[in-house]
Amino acid sequence: MPHINLPQEFPGIRSLFMFRPETAAPLNALVQTMLHNPHPTLSAGERELIATYVSRLNVCKYCCNIHGAIAQHHLDNNAELVRQVLANPETAPISDKLKALLKIAAKVQSGGKKVTEGDVAFARAEGATDIEIHDTVLIAAAFCMYNRYVDGLATWQPDDAALYDKMGEQRAREGYLTAPFKVNRTEEVSSGG
Amino acid sequence: MPHIELEAHLPGITGLLEYRKDTGEPIRVLTQIILRGPSTLTEAERELLATVVSHGNECRFCTTAHAATVDLLLGESETSERVKADIATAPVSEKMKALLTIAALTGKSGRLVTPEVIAKAKAEGATDLEIHDTVLIAALFSLYNRYVDGMATAMPEDNSYFNVLADRLVNHGYSRLPQGYDHLKKQNAKP
Repeated sequence: MPHINLPQEFPGIRSLFMFRPETAAPLNALVQTMLHNPHPTLSAGERELIATYVSRLNVCKYCCNIHGAIAQHHLDNNAELVRQVLANPETAPISDKLKALLKIAAKVQSGGKKVTEGDVAFARAEGATDIEIHDTVLIAAAFCMYNRYVDGLATWQPDDAALYDKMGEQRAREGYLTAPFKVNRTEEVSSGG
Repeated sequence: MPHIELEAHLPGITGLLEYRKDTGEPIRVLTQIILRGPSTLTEAERELLATVVSHGNECRFCTTAHAATVDLLLGESETSERVKADIATAPVSEKMKALLTIAALTGKSGRLVTPEVIAKAKAEGATDLEIHDTVLIAALFSLYNRYVDGMATAMPEDNSYFNVLADRLVNHGYSRLPQGYDHLKKQNAKP
């Protein structure tokens, strides 16, 4: 049960956005700019993978599932690729540059000071640019915020894979600024057990 | 030395918010709403939440900046010092102790916030909105602390920088200065 009285028709961060629309606006604007808007070099799928991986490291079920679903819809609906990155980025079929960036993201998750000059030099050697290094650190730091916000208020985090797929498809297509659809919670609770 | 090239006269967070203004803007707007917008918590109380999280994350720049802001708002430095040292014995209300505890836990992980610490805050009179804002402030400073340290931003050469910064945060807030920050070049230059 959530720690505060939240609207029941929306899961995860969406219930918090409904609770306090004033803060929802910049939180959505930030994620839209970081993950969805055009980027000089990193695809939306690559940026969503960074967000998904950090959410997994923070053990935030809602954020990991929804961003995994969004990543999948950006990446030719390749669920296996998302699964492989979450299991072990080193052995996943992604570029060496993205592996180096995910390593930096993991360091940021465990504490900003953990990122060494060596980690950054390694990413540069794989071709990472200043903006890519900056954006990786910011995405990882931002998901340490979103994950804490979602878990710290004990929001409703469904287990329904089909629901995350449907929400992920919407976000991959529309971005973050459009209204979410309502979820029939009674149905989810009774069918999910 | 920062991991990427940032403007040398802008240590800590400011150089990052200026490096990429399109991500800087929503971060600034969020901070202005949550730390300076209408609230039943005072600005000093909200700055204390930011301080305790930054202290827990061992982010020197953020801790020094927000403690200096608390001190300026309160006209003394004892409260921020004692909150950093031990929430339980600090000279703040029981409600604030409960909210500071929630913030410190959120700073470590959202999953550490238990129904018990929430019940304690509610018993001391905290509202749903105050609890919400406390968790969001703690989450936001978990972003700031990692952003500032993850990019290895510089500390100011002179500690008096924090007096100027605290004055700006008290009297202007978190919005970007309309004229930008070029005027700090002279102020911050080595003698």
